[in-house]
Amino acid sequence: MARGYRGYKYFEAIEKNAGLLGILTLIMVSIGGLAEITPIFMEAHAVKPALGVQPYSPLRLAGKDIYVREGCYLCHTQMIRALRAESERYGPYSTASESVYDRPHQWGSKRTGPDLARVGGKYSDEWQRVHLKDPRAVVPESNMPGYPWLSKALVDPDEVQTKMRVLRMLGDPYTDEDIAGARKAVAGHTEMEAIIAYLQGLGIDNVPQAEAPAGAKGAP
Amino acid sequence: MPTTETYNDHVVRLFLLAAAVWGIVGMTIGVYVAAELAWPALNFDIPWLTFSRLRPNHTFGVIFAFGGSALIGTCYYVVQRTGHTRLAHPRLANFTFWGWQLACVLAMATMPFGITQSKEYAEPEWFIDILIAVVWVSIGVVFFSTLARRRIRHIYVANWYYGAFIIAVGLLHIINNIAIPVSLTKSYPVYSGAVDAMVQWWYGHNAVAFFLTAGFLGMMYYFVPRQAKQPLWSYRFSIVNFWALISIYMWAGSHHLMYTALPDWVQSVGMAFSLVLLMPSWGSAANGLLTFNGSWHRLKSDPAAKFMVISLVFYAASTFEGSLMAVKTVNALSHYTDWTVAHVHSGSIGWVAMITIGSLYAMAPRALGRPMHSHKGMELHFWMHTIGLLLYVLAMWIAGVMQGLMWRATNPDGSLTYAFIDGLIATHPWYVIRLLGGLLVVGGMAVMAWNLWHTAADARKHLISPIPVPIPEPTAHQSPAPRPAMA
Repeated sequence: MARGYRGYKYFEAIEKNAGLLGILTLIMVSIGGLAEITPIFMEAHAVKPALGVQPYSPLRLAGKDIYVREGCYLCHTQMIRALRAESERYGPYSTASESVYDRPHQWGSKRTGPDLARVGGKYSDEWQRVHLKDPRAVVPESNMPGYPWLSKALVDPDEVQTKMRVLRMLGDPYTDEDIAGARKAVAGHTEMEAIIAYLQGLGIDNVPQAEAPAGAKGAP
Repeated sequence: MPTTETYNDHVVRLFLLAAAVWGIVGMTIGVYVAAELAWPALNFDIPWLTFSRLRPNHTFGVIFAFGGSALIGTCYYVVQRTGHTRLAHPRLANFTFWGWQLACVLAMATMPFGITQSKEYAEPEWFIDILIAVVWVSIGVVFFSTLARRRIRHIYVANWYYGAFIIAVGLLHIINNIAIPVSLTKSYPVYSGAVDAMVQWWYGHNAVAFFLTAGFLGMMYYFVPRQAKQPLWSYRFSIVNFWALISIYMWAGSHHLMYTALPDWVQSVGMAFSLVLLMPSWGSAANGLLTFNGSWHRLKSDPAAKFMVISLVFYAASTFEGSLMAVKTVNALSHYTDWTVAHVHSGSIGWVAMITIGSLYAMAPRALGRPMHSHKGMELHFWMHTIGLLLYVLAMWIAGVMQGLMWRATNPDGSLTYAFIDGLIATHPWYVIRLLGGLLVVGGMAVMAWNLWHTAADARKHLISPIPVPIPEPTAHQSPAPRPAMA
């Protein structure tokens, strides 16, 4: 026991010194995050310029932020896992480059409804409009809430422009022309039109065209 | 030695009151959103009442408003008792109470109106995040200043956990919420895509680790020995468990992203550390349970002890389940299903809520100056809570495994057996049973609130006098000598 007792002395020193205890705690809790986040962070910065994917168009950007505002991520994922049944149902598994312009990411953690990573083009714009307004009009057993207010509100062109400027600051490659043309691109559009534009581009606009997987549209 | 120093229990009582109120508010919202999943007509096409707008109010309400108030309140109670000293910085301590309540009210009042970052468990927008950060640093200042003026040299185990809870949550909150505001109500995180996912689940998982585990373990390490009227089973065991728990947990966040576009090595590292994590988790649960050795008979007469024992059993059960679900093969089945929801609630209704309720029933008579108003009320609460918990988790376990199996079922020709909607239709009855479980849990909380209200009769009339701090006599060679009582 003599050895064990000597070893314990060091712990005793920590447990009698609040400052030392606090500093050692901070070090111990920092290691895991540093080890996992730092390499991914570096890698992301190296990968980004190689992509052939453009950032969100003004209308789709507005639509994406409506998706974020309404909290769609609570029931819908945008992350097809590398599993056979998933690809069978939703299409080829998702890659990191597809969500590189998503702030925050919308991978989600729960599927009360189906995955939406490749929902673009699966349904018509009209189906999406009816479904978002009253889901049970087209899917009687659905438990999704209706979002009828989206048809009544217009997208704010000034806000979209400000958003694009902030995103450019964060590194998204918007040009001056992109930002100047944003007002015209969204003026007069409803939030419903914006979110449909966003959904219809999922799995299409965020996939490099050369690599666009054939048969990206899985089973319904 | 005559003493003029008393414990600051005023701020503790405020936090306890807030915890009781937020517990009922947060869980009632939970019951409502559960009902919306079973009967979508309850969304009424009203934006702020819609499931997707309201669910963050349930999670924020129970984790940060209810759990946070209970944790800070008990933390202030425990650090004074174990240090034989009065809480430092009384004005700052009051600020932490009002600041925390303001942050909770602001968050709960903005999220249903679409003012949200939509980062899971970190939904409040940037201006609320700044307030939370300021309050959190203040809590750290109050806690560590109180530790610094303790009269017992050795820092008791419970305080290590409370300290780690304060340090790690501060770190997680600040790093995860770095964002550039676009307007008062909208901001963009500096991270995007896979990096954002990694940071988010490093935060999300460790909010569970340090808010819902380390903080509540601090509560456990003080109130379990107190209620069992026995010393902690093993002091040295708690040293090993503490350092292992706080360092390993931080590696495990990536198990939320199995089979996703996150680099494979991070997923594997997350899985490995999640498996190792079982050891300190069960170590802590065992240390708590074994502390009851020699006083198991107290379970017959003491509802607070009953809550604590069942909470430790569920802590052990849900940490085992967590490690199991972090195994890639299991995760392939469980992820995205209601199994995750079952796991979270076995941890939160089972472990977090029950250790909190047990501690409240243990602390209230001391902080409010008279025994609990109704013993039968506590017994009733125990049974409502336990039955509600079992209904909830059993329903969601069954629903989750069923969904996982239906999603992957294939016909002999390789095509999928079920459309997505089939799984949802099959889940409906389990959503109704889950709702019943939730109703029982909230009902139990209402019984507790009634009981506490009557127990607090003296406190409400300002009749209770502050409890004096016992100032220990210096023993030979004690350095530094205990501080004299304050005038």
